[in-house]
Amino acid sequence: MFKKILVFLTVAVMLLSLAGCGKTENTTAPNSGAKSETKKLKVGMATDVGGVNDESFNASAYRGLKKAESDLGAEVKVLESKQEADYDTNLSTLVRGGNDLTWGIGFAMANAIDKAAKDNPDKKFGIVDFAYFDNNGQNITPKNVVCVTFKEEEGSFLMGVIAAKMTKTKTVGFLGGVEIDLIKKFEYGFRAGVAAVDPGIKVLSGYAASFTDSAKGKALSNSMYSQGADVIYHASGGTGKGLFESAVENSKSDKKVWAIGVDSDQYKLAPDNTLSSMIKSVDNAVFDISKRLANNEWKGGQVVVYGLKEGGIDIAPTTSKNTPQAVIDLVNSYKQKIISGEISVPKTKAEFDSYMLKLPKQ
Amino acid sequence: MLAILATLLGNTLLYATPLTFAALGGMFSERSGVVNIGLEGMMTMGAFVAAVISIATGNPWLGLFLAGAAGGILALLHAVASVTFRADQVVSGVAINFMANGFSMFMLYKIFGGGQTPHIQTKLVKLAVPGLAKIPYFGEALFNNYPTVYLAFIFTFAAWLVLYKTPFGLRVRAVGEHPLAADTVGINVFLIRYICVIVSGVLAGIGGAAVSIGIIAEFTEVTIAGQGFIALAAMIFGKWTPWGALGACIFFGAANALDAIGQSIGMIRYVNPAFFSMLPYLLTIIALAGFIGRANAPAADGKPYDKGH
Repeated sequence: MFKKILVFLTVAVMLLSLAGCGKTENTTAPNSGAKSETKKLKVGMATDVGGVNDESFNASAYRGLKKAESDLGAEVKVLESKQEADYDTNLSTLVRGGNDLTWGIGFAMANAIDKAAKDNPDKKFGIVDFAYFDNNGQNITPKNVVCVTFKEEEGSFLMGVIAAKMTKTKTVGFLGGVEIDLIKKFEYGFRAGVAAVDPGIKVLSGYAASFTDSAKGKALSNSMYSQGADVIYHASGGTGKGLFESAVENSKSDKKVWAIGVDSDQYKLAPDNTLSSMIKSVDNAVFDISKRLANNEWKGGQVVVYGLKEGGIDIAPTTSKNTPQAVIDLVNSYKQKIISGEISVPKTKAEFDSYMLKLPKQ
Repeated sequence: MLAILATLLGNTLLYATPLTFAALGGMFSERSGVVNIGLEGMMTMGAFVAAVISIATGNPWLGLFLAGAAGGILALLHAVASVTFRADQVVSGVAINFMANGFSMFMLYKIFGGGQTPHIQTKLVKLAVPGLAKIPYFGEALFNNYPTVYLAFIFTFAAWLVLYKTPFGLRVRAVGEHPLAADTVGINVFLIRYICVIVSGVLAGIGGAAVSIGIIAEFTEVTIAGQGFIALAAMIFGKWTPWGALGACIFFGAANALDAIGQSIGMIRYVNPAFFSMLPYLLTIIALAGFIGRANAPAADGKPYDKGH
């Protein structure tokens, strides 16, 4: 029996490591309505482990690709990655498939894109949420890659404003995926927004150590709601779906609790309990960069940053469903201040601390 | 503080419920002498079927029921291979895990065009037990819960009743300990094993459904992610008994819940959350090594029965 258990454990480890090897292709026929050109633009995309139905980040990128298909008449192809080992394979499949531009969605694909770009100098690549810098802060993006990053802290700041105006318990929460600099940008932006309205509001935070574990997201949200938070904002991909489940279940007739979504408009996950979503228009960025290639305006080796000003970051149109107009007006005034540069939103612990020192005393 | 404890309790049940179903299933199978490594696959299949049926029909109860049926069908394959054809039970179970994972992913792409179901609008909703749910703090955590949570406790009691208080249970235990002796007194070893393996699949399938249409509201490749194996460990930790399995599952659930809540309370904040994630497995290894009492597997566990010899 014990020998068997040993065998089983060995096999189980192999099984778990193999389980995600399969990859599935999602080819969409080129738009038949488009004028047949001499050479059709071909754009490929490899998602990270989230997949195109994550109702969040990858889903948004996929919408951008679909837009490139319908508006630019491009021929598009998507490969979903089941695990990190798939990144290289998927990228090389796309390159061999003759795509003019190949997208890697998510910081996790940074190394894979870098490698693919160096192996295929005649092909073009794009990566979302990552910029290549060396230790001295020098831009070392390969000449055939465009990096797309977002000022998530700006949108998170606006979500912080909404949370601070809507909380009745003077306690709000932040649910993060993995504790990395990218997600810290969301957290400090959010904290700054909360503090801008009322520095006395307590901000709880929890990290799930995963972007896919929605059960953990739910357990963490339950914990924060039970500790008095009545608004929770998340930046945790698929993990965050647990937040919406938790919000619905923890809402009582005498104590309503709220969730705030991220990346895509997540209103429909909990229509009665969602205040807003911070929209990160990966779709616009993917479309925009693809369009530059179509118009021969593509320039590699650069980092393109999208913020509130560039329309890459925004608040969800469904915000008005549960958030009073007065709050939205306040959010818009902060938005203008950020766009004009009057407010510089912190994105690291150090920047946040100095931001707090400069905050006018109330 | 009480509110935090209550949440801890609620989160513990959240994590423990699916494990309990699968662990009870594994217990039945192993008590009859068939190792069921396929619990993971049966849970995956159950979670998948429950998600699809709930989306298609809008009836989560039908989803739960058919999840059990799907798990049972998968278990029937395991029974045919390991009981009738006396195949290696571990190999058969592993094959089932691969198959369930591959099949559910394949169907997800066929039906939904991606590796995830959409958000399930019609999932199991929490039911409050009249009166008891009004107890301050803990009533909410214990008695305003998913129907699957109550079912897990009812099933544990039923499993204990069946295994120890009925002639059928006595036969199951006899077959698992000494099939030849059971056979000579006229017990149909194959029939008992078939029934137990199928029951294990049904329970594991329900356990899977408890995740996809209970705790969360979607099915993806990572929905089950090893919970079948954890259930197997819980059953061993619980020494192949119903109450032991329940206790081990609650313990494993509590470790997960501490991991989630520990980030914000008192002293626990200074313990790395990864420690709590590791704790259940560490203890299982210790239990297996025989440090916490003896963990005696049924004597004939994992051995195919050959009537001719």
